[in-house]
Amino acid sequence: MFSLVVMIEVLRAAAGLVLISTGLMIIFGMMRVINIAHGEFLMLGGYTVVMAGKAGVNPWLAMLVLAPLVVGLFGVLVERLFIRFFYGRMIDTLLATWGLSLFLMGMVTVLFGNTVTGVSVSLGSVDVGGLRVSGYSFFLIAVAAIILIATYLVLRHTKLGLVARGTMQNPGMAAALKINPSVVYMATFGIGSALTGLAGALLAPITGVVPTMGVAFVAQAFITVIAGGPAIITGTISAAGLLGSVSQLTTFATTPVVGDVALLFVAVVLLRILPNGITGKFFRRSI
Amino acid sequence: MTMNRRDFLATAGRGAAALTMTSMLPLAAMGADEILVGGLHDETGGLDFAGAPMQQMVRFACDEINEKGGLLGKQVKAVTADTGSNMQLYQSLAQQVALRDKVNVVMGGITSASREVIRPVLHRFNTLYFYNTLYEGGVCDRNCFCTGTTPAQTVEKLVPYVMKKWGKKVYTIAADYNYGQITSAWVKRYVEANGGQVLSTDFFPLDVTNFGPTIEKIQSAKPDLVMSVLVGASHLGFYRQWASAGLKKQIPIASTTFGAGGTEPILITPEESNGIISCYGYYPTIESAANKAFIAKVESKVDKFFGGKMPLLTELSVCTYEGCMMWAAGVKKAGSLDRMKIIEALESNISFDDFPSGKVTIDPKTHHVTRNVYLADLEERKFIILETYPQQPPADTQAVCDLVKNPNDNQHYQIKL
Repeated sequence: MFSLVVMIEVLRAAAGLVLISTGLMIIFGMMRVINIAHGEFLMLGGYTVVMAGKAGVNPWLAMLVLAPLVVGLFGVLVERLFIRFFYGRMIDTLLATWGLSLFLMGMVTVLFGNTVTGVSVSLGSVDVGGLRVSGYSFFLIAVAAIILIATYLVLRHTKLGLVARGTMQNPGMAAALKINPSVVYMATFGIGSALTGLAGALLAPITGVVPTMGVAFVAQAFITVIAGGPAIITGTISAAGLLGSVSQLTTFATTPVVGDVALLFVAVVLLRILPNGITGKFFRRSI
Repeated sequence: MTMNRRDFLATAGRGAAALTMTSMLPLAAMGADEILVGGLHDETGGLDFAGAPMQQMVRFACDEINEKGGLLGKQVKAVTADTGSNMQLYQSLAQQVALRDKVNVVMGGITSASREVIRPVLHRFNTLYFYNTLYEGGVCDRNCFCTGTTPAQTVEKLVPYVMKKWGKKVYTIAADYNYGQITSAWVKRYVEANGGQVLSTDFFPLDVTNFGPTIEKIQSAKPDLVMSVLVGASHLGFYRQWASAGLKKQIPIASTTFGAGGTEPILITPEESNGIISCYGYYPTIESAANKAFIAKVESKVDKFFGGKMPLLTELSVCTYEGCMMWAAGVKKAGSLDRMKIIEALESNISFDDFPSGKVTIDPKTHHVTRNVYLADLEERKFIILETYPQQPPADTQAVCDLVKNPNDNQHYQIKL
């Protein structure tokens, strides 16, 4: 029974990595925009839940609807005012979004204070062979699965997905076909931001919310995306699955610190062997 | 803590801003007719829930000293600085209050890590230092007074009590720095001395928030109780996740830290915190005239010093108050602001009968205190005192430190177990 519980924890860790990296996968993997402020987008999602909770909004509504909406709109704003001038200039984007990241952290610290705020959402617990597992773990796993399936369906089977993929591949050709690349870029960035906001909101009850919370996630998100390689969905699943198992199994065997070290170690080795990520070598024709 | 480039820049920026802003204060504001008391506590950051009430208490205590006529015919003024749960700020602000403000005494430090940052600085610049936090014991420095409890006073009582109540198999979870490491070693020692067994001791850096795997590990180890030596706001996630996994009714928790700082029982709901047993040098529910008078005084000044909200009084904040009062008594007895004269006055077996926590005596050999220790159960955000252990000496530090024999000793002994 203990091994079943370990499996659930591994799945939950993988789901966590999927959540924090799907938005980045779209923004960085598809659009080639290095968004160093990704962690702060997560943090904004978390703060949306805290603020909405204080205003008396139902926490589930705040997490699943409000947070993606707010951060998605914020993403569109940032893209229009800021990111769109940097397309194709990777290093400049890196510096610009780094500035944005520091700005957001400072801003939120000024507004809400440098303090940890908790969000309490309870889903009870489930008995797995005599061991109790938090219901929230199952919820996270389910949401991560839904996000992956939905992203796959949209990209693969809708006109919207086709247009987005086509524009990212060759904006000039897309424009020749009467598609406005600028609008597609804006929408894609907005959707990536919305998914990131959702992830921040979902993680808030576990981690608590603090202006610097993004820092802990941004490295993990980039590692997952880069280890995943060019294919968005398959890459996220394979990288999150591999890195999640390594870190959780190590954590069970030893401590959370060694678990983090193991995750980073495996990522380094992986990139040495597969410089283009997992899907740069395997599953090359997948999305 | 991992330090990446962003952390570093953010920290450096904040540090620089703090320095420039405070140095713009006009020096004339600090007249020579005032005695300055430094306060270095974390009013923001991960430890703000403990640090903010301590800082408020420094200001409150200074005000009370003034109401009673000041010291040596002068008024006392608190010079407080927010250390932001950040070790670099501790370093620079300790130098600032010692060298620029020339305070007579510093009340400060929360984690043992922060104490070991500022203690050498204040020692070097001959500025008297009071550390008012429960900690792992072992500091031996004639310039420093430690007014909180140590494991030989609290853990020694807590462990046998909860083992008798719940069983002999203990699982320890602890913060990963010197306090957690040393205190969990004490837990192990007392568990074994009482015929029990520590199944495992797991350590967590202060920024760990996800306790999922740990909670499963604890369940499969099937202990009779969990001993929590966790510290800081991030670690509060453990209590939430523990309760949300439905384990509160199955495996009870005892803690050497929960509720010691300030607002833990407020940040955590009663459903998540009921039944946690702890053992400290102070609880607000102590039934004594002195404590009731103290609480009434805090209540009457709640708007002036505590932001309009009654603080949860705990060992950390009340020992800070008592630390200020000990220093004031030392100054009065010495009749001078000279550091050595104050230290000698405080070393004269000085005793305080009517402190909120009960009778407190400074031990001249260790600069620690003999004080009452209480054991309490937390129910609906109220500590119900179960046991009182009068006049417990700091036996752990006494075993390694003798400042009467070696007045120049200046170190933090890692007490051998």
